[in-house]
Amino acid sequence: MNPRAPQLRRLALVVLAVLLLGGGSLGYVLHARHRDRPAGAADGSFTLDEPGLYYRDSATGRVARHSATGGPPATGGPACERFYAAGEHALCLRGLPGIPARTQALVLDRHLREVKRVTVPGIPNRARVSASGNVLSWTAFAIGDSYATTGFSTRTSLLDLRTGYLIKSMEEIPLTIDGTRYHAPDVNYWGVTFARDDNRFYATVSTKGRTHLVEGDLHDWSAKALRENVECPSLSPDNTRIAFKKKVSEDPSAPWRLYVLDLADLREHPLAETRSVDDQAAWLDDDTVAYALPGREGRAGDIWSVPADGTGEPRLRIAGASSPAATN
Amino acid sequence: MYLAHTGRPDAPPRPLGIRRRVPATVIALGAVSLVTDVSSEMVTAVLPLYLVLGLGLSPLQFGFLDGMFNGATALVRLLGGRLADRGGRHKRVAGAGYLLSALSRLGLLLADGATAGIAGSLAADRLGKGVRTAPRDALISLSGPPETLGRAFGVHRAMDTTGALLGPLAAFAVLWATADAYDAVFAVSFCTGLLGVLLLVLYVPSGARTPPVRPTPLQHTALRDPAFRRILYAACLLGAATIGDSFLYLLIQRALDLPAALFPLLPLGAAAGYLLLAVPAGRVADRFGRRLPFLAGHAALLGAYAALLLPVTRPTVAVVLGLLAVFYASTDGVLMALAGPVLPAHRRAGGLAVLQTGQALARLLGAAGFGAAWTFWGQGPALWAAALALAAALAAAWRILPTLATPAVTVTAAAPAHAPDLDTTPEAP
Repeated sequence: MNPRAPQLRRLALVVLAVLLLGGGSLGYVLHARHRDRPAGAADGSFTLDEPGLYYRDSATGRVARHSATGGPPATGGPACERFYAAGEHALCLRGLPGIPARTQALVLDRHLREVKRVTVPGIPNRARVSASGNVLSWTAFAIGDSYATTGFSTRTSLLDLRTGYLIKSMEEIPLTIDGTRYHAPDVNYWGVTFARDDNRFYATVSTKGRTHLVEGDLHDWSAKALRENVECPSLSPDNTRIAFKKKVSEDPSAPWRLYVLDLADLREHPLAETRSVDDQAAWLDDDTVAYALPGREGRAGDIWSVPADGTGEPRLRIAGASSPAATN
Repeated sequence: MYLAHTGRPDAPPRPLGIRRRVPATVIALGAVSLVTDVSSEMVTAVLPLYLVLGLGLSPLQFGFLDGMFNGATALVRLLGGRLADRGGRHKRVAGAGYLLSALSRLGLLLADGATAGIAGSLAADRLGKGVRTAPRDALISLSGPPETLGRAFGVHRAMDTTGALLGPLAAFAVLWATADAYDAVFAVSFCTGLLGVLLLVLYVPSGARTPPVRPTPLQHTALRDPAFRRILYAACLLGAATIGDSFLYLLIQRALDLPAALFPLLPLGAAAGYLLLAVPAGRVADRFGRRLPFLAGHAALLGAYAALLLPVTRPTVAVVLGLLAVFYASTDGVLMALAGPVLPAHRRAGGLAVLQTGQALARLLGAAGFGAAWTFWGQGPALWAAALALAAALAAAWRILPTLATPAVTVTAAAPAHAPDLDTTPEAP
């Protein structure tokens, strides 16, 4: 018997395994390549003209609308991971394929045609448009910017369509905390919400492990902290109250609860939603806020609503959906 | 010299002429590590994106999931070492670790986004990684004569790092080809992982066929040896004064305001340098004793801190990355080569596991301490504190480490600790 037979048999086994496993890999990649993917742009018939509740449908990845008048939902909006619309414009955030992660922010007009496109590093997170549609803001999670490798930091951009002025990261905005000018390398902003005057805005800033609600001024380019432990503020349509998520627990699986803050006297009250909400709430009208929660029955997420005065109870609005935005 | 004989019955005594050749076992284990690292770094590179972007998990949840399992790895390693020592089952225990990690990719694929399934798969992966490391390093250290261990570990780590560099590239290629189908990355990673297991089964000999030993509590065995204890203390002391590369990269990024897209290139640069220096550093260690390179490696790290304390310019980046590469090359495999010969063959995997665990925990402590110092004092003072701590640790280690280590003819050769796979590869930012 050939003394080299065992070696040859071993080599044959390895070659066979490489062929099998390589073939399997290639097959899977080809299969994944040809799966259906959502088309990017909106159908021509889908516009912002009809009032209703716009949202991202998890099943298709595209924006859809529940009409105020009832009837079946309209589908065929643009493919977005985050969506918001108000006034004359909509904001659609998409993650771009590849590493490192990048976010594409698409500004769309009322017919959902592209007006402007901006690419920033990070993963799509929050999107907001002022009531007029003139000022927009979005937040992306940047990876690899933080101390811990698994930590994330945020990058928030602001865009003023009246002047075309774009601020890719608002980290450098002069910030005042407790009446004094604050400097720290670790400030992170996220979750901007705009007032009706297209100038005042609110956002979360986090630094040294604490979060603050800041009130900002676009024209003066300044921000001051109003209050601690306020995340993802959302200003009511009448501009008197702010819905936000408040950190109420150290349990990382359920840290937050939805609250509403009255800007006149800075008093806050919890809403009837007792589950942990990790979303920037959206006001459906002056009495109701909507938000996404992790879905039940295996769905990616569901949109719920709850009265803004702390009474009542949460109501499931749309199953398998996220990014609520009410227009009228 | 007893090691060469008890360790590898199938390694014939070599004439001096071919002593430069690295044992086939080391090459085989290097190939296994290379293939396995391609597999695991593929997943590491895309997992944060997959969880946060694909599944909409909040970063907080992801951080929690990840941190939970990382902590557990250190302890599992002790278990792997002990299991391997019982009757010299190094290959079987390491193989089980490799297999478990490969199967965990299948778990990710089948979990299809369910958080419990993902958590279970991550746990299985870390379990596998923890279990296999000590037996694998014991196999390497038992595969040849002690005086060539530095080079053997250098070759292994160079192959290992090659895999770690190729992994993210492979993941990127798959994501690019499939327009972000994360499941395809898991599928390819699974196939690659299985190939690694097959290579281990076919090409790695069973290793130390030592007679079964009565299981004795570890603290009564390896820890009783004074030389080993000194190595352990020195490695832990130095580990606790190490602040973690991600902090160094972050300091560079802040000082130069590097665009986020360039950030991932920093660890890549350090890994590439490590890859080039691993074998030369191992040879130097074989030639001049392992104690000196181990200490010099930490001195290089101190140099990196110092460079960051000066005004940071573009050339600083190259200097820091170069010093980091020197640090890894002259400490990682070298520590195993230092400690291996001190331990009797039948207790080697367990002893190396104790060393690796101690070093990993000490580094965890160091990183956490630096994070706290940064938060409370600011980055400048924190870095000064880290530099002073490392200088003090170096001075202490100089005295603690056994000096008798003329290259490994005797039982005591000094070598730096390898912190398991985790440290040989740049952590994905």
